[in-house]
Amino acid sequence: MKCYHLDHLDYLETEAIHIMREVASEFERPAILFSGGKDSICLLRLAEKAFRPSDIPMPFLNVATGHEFHELLEFRDRRAKQLNAKLIVRTVDEALENGIAVQAPGQVSRNQLQIPVLLAAIEEFRFDACIGGARRDEEKARAKERFFSFRDSFGQWDPKNQRPEIWNLYNGRLNPGENMRVFPLSNWTEMDVWEYIKRENLEVPSIYFSHKRCCVRRGGQWVPDTELMPAKPNEEVKEMIVRVRTIGDIISTGCVESPASNCDDIIAEIAAARVTERGSRADDKVSEAAMEDRKKAGYF
Amino acid sequence: MTTATHQNKVDLLRFNTCGSVDDGKSTLIGRLLYDSKSLMEDQIEALERSADITGGGQINLANLTDGLRAEREQGITIDVAYRYFATPHRKFIIADTPGHVQYTRNMVTGASTANLSIILIDARQGVIEQSRRHAIIASLLRIPHLVVAINKMDLVDWKEERFLEIKDQFEEFLPRLDIKDVKFIPVSALKGDNIVTHSEHTPWYPGPTLLGHLETVHIASDWNLTNFRFPVQWVNRPNNPTDHSLHDFRGLSGQIAGGIVRVGQKVMVLPSGFSSTIKQIWTLDGAVEEAFSPQSVTLVLEHDLDISRGDVIVDAADLPGSSSDLHAKICWMNPRPLTPGKQYLLKHTTQTVKAAVTAIENRINISTLDKEEGITELAMNDLGEVRIKTAKALIFDGYATNRLTGSFILIEPGTNSTVAAGMLLPPTEAARPEYKDFAI
Repeated sequence: MKCYHLDHLDYLETEAIHIMREVASEFERPAILFSGGKDSICLLRLAEKAFRPSDIPMPFLNVATGHEFHELLEFRDRRAKQLNAKLIVRTVDEALENGIAVQAPGQVSRNQLQIPVLLAAIEEFRFDACIGGARRDEEKARAKERFFSFRDSFGQWDPKNQRPEIWNLYNGRLNPGENMRVFPLSNWTEMDVWEYIKRENLEVPSIYFSHKRCCVRRGGQWVPDTELMPAKPNEEVKEMIVRVRTIGDIISTGCVESPASNCDDIIAEIAAARVTERGSRADDKVSEAAMEDRKKAGYF
Repeated sequence: MTTATHQNKVDLLRFNTCGSVDDGKSTLIGRLLYDSKSLMEDQIEALERSADITGGGQINLANLTDGLRAEREQGITIDVAYRYFATPHRKFIIADTPGHVQYTRNMVTGASTANLSIILIDARQGVIEQSRRHAIIASLLRIPHLVVAINKMDLVDWKEERFLEIKDQFEEFLPRLDIKDVKFIPVSALKGDNIVTHSEHTPWYPGPTLLGHLETVHIASDWNLTNFRFPVQWVNRPNNPTDHSLHDFRGLSGQIAGGIVRVGQKVMVLPSGFSSTIKQIWTLDGAVEEAFSPQSVTLVLEHDLDISRGDVIVDAADLPGSSSDLHAKICWMNPRPLTPGKQYLLKHTTQTVKAAVTAIENRINISTLDKEEGITELAMNDLGEVRIKTAKALIFDGYATNRLTGSFILIEPGTNSTVAAGMLLPPTEAARPEYKDFAI
């Protein structure tokens, strides 16, 4: 007898496709946040699955820090073109210039500065829903996040006042000025993302795979040695064989020593890993509630 | 043990746990995560860091799930938290809900997508009111599988008599419930007995460990594969297809809410009543001959009919109910009580319609399952049976037949809050109209 039963990737996929189509149907001006990172690469494949043979009925939005790995930007532009999609890019540099974002004294990493830029872009294009690739397994504040995450007119998340989500019925209703962040990958883990990338044979930026890079030891991890924040004389610098597990502002993105050169290697590496993905992100280590505070302010 | 990798085709089991701080729920989840090697060094490190600050050096496994600052400061769990772990056999999603505040509302949320529910019973206390409430909610939400984990067995000297006594207590009220599959397991979450490995203390227990059961319980038939139901979610009509052969493509995209669909199958579109045949089942990976619930697909019909979001495509030989007078069980989720007569929005499958609750028939006592009549309002966390009138007829099944076509939410206009979760009772004969055959 034929088995009418989905495996775990099929289940996660159909759940995410359902959510993407709900967004296309219930919102007037949705967008997909596409950074070129592995999670948003999965989002784009899910969008293809949800909407083809039609065009993907929403533009891609990227809030660039200006501190990107150049491989990421090249990939981002190429992928958007392949998919025949409109790519909107807003940068922290522009925002610093025109005063939308203001750098705190001593603040070098720009992950935090993406918040005002994102909120300004939402206002500029009057987006009512932004689809993002955040996952609940990344961080414990995110474990409490909904698929449809309601944000008030200041873009803020109120964790104590979230709409219950029951069955597959999502409440996307908004009043003017409010907007929704939507996370179709909520139930995916880092492992699921890589298994999906492998199964769907998706291209990812080369920095996810093993490569040679000059790194500097900072805050208990190896970060790329860049001109943005040159190594101080007392800091150890080393050329290493590394890959990145998660991509943020280049100066705070930890590099892990790894020989993994393809999806299978990465999957095996994650299976054996004893540190979470965000363990290599310095921005989450600022305080116990670092992610929660950023989300309340409008971050993803 | 290693985590699941691509080599094995593994499926996904969703389960929920519910309970208060001291019944060992957090310890149980911590144990499952720890023993399946799903806890990472930096998570343990973060636990230690917060233990130094707030916990007087004592690691608290509850901090793993209590992710928000207010929760840690006040020592409470606000909401449903989701946790993920995997073994070589299966992937798991845990919906972890607090036992003390907003018990029913959160448990209904966590239970709505669960295949299985774990009820923890303290072996010293036996079946208490909370165990009964938990089982009753699991039954109302029709969670297919139930596990009764009789915990802290070490504190009753691993006595089989005590285990059997509690099992009897629980089985006493089982006949009143609608649960097909119940499993009793004696465990000690703290010590790890019968969680991942068999306990040497329970030679009298021949069954599986908790994880062993979670890995093997049969979930393939948890979805409705009998009655084909396809709520149209999005009309797929390419404006400028790169492939010119798709110029006249008109697909109907959606998630199959029940049953199996095959090319050539005779279907009916509701509410219009037009008949047609499935011409193609389109997916990005190519056309397929058949598809089943809960897959997301795009259907192409033989006839070009006027179909839009909210319409439902069903098997022509197996029609659902259709009515604007509904009878349902609801769980009220809002601090402002439900009062009859007020207008709400009702979202059911892919459509949202205006609705009013015309009468509250009763409130269900979730400790006894008794129906209390003469009720004027339902307060937050109350469950009850109501009558609802909608501005447009719903195409529906009873919740017992299909969780997706038998469920709805109520939304309060203005605040846009989700105020209730509803489960429809089966359609009456009057709600099963004859459709004239409008085949072209």
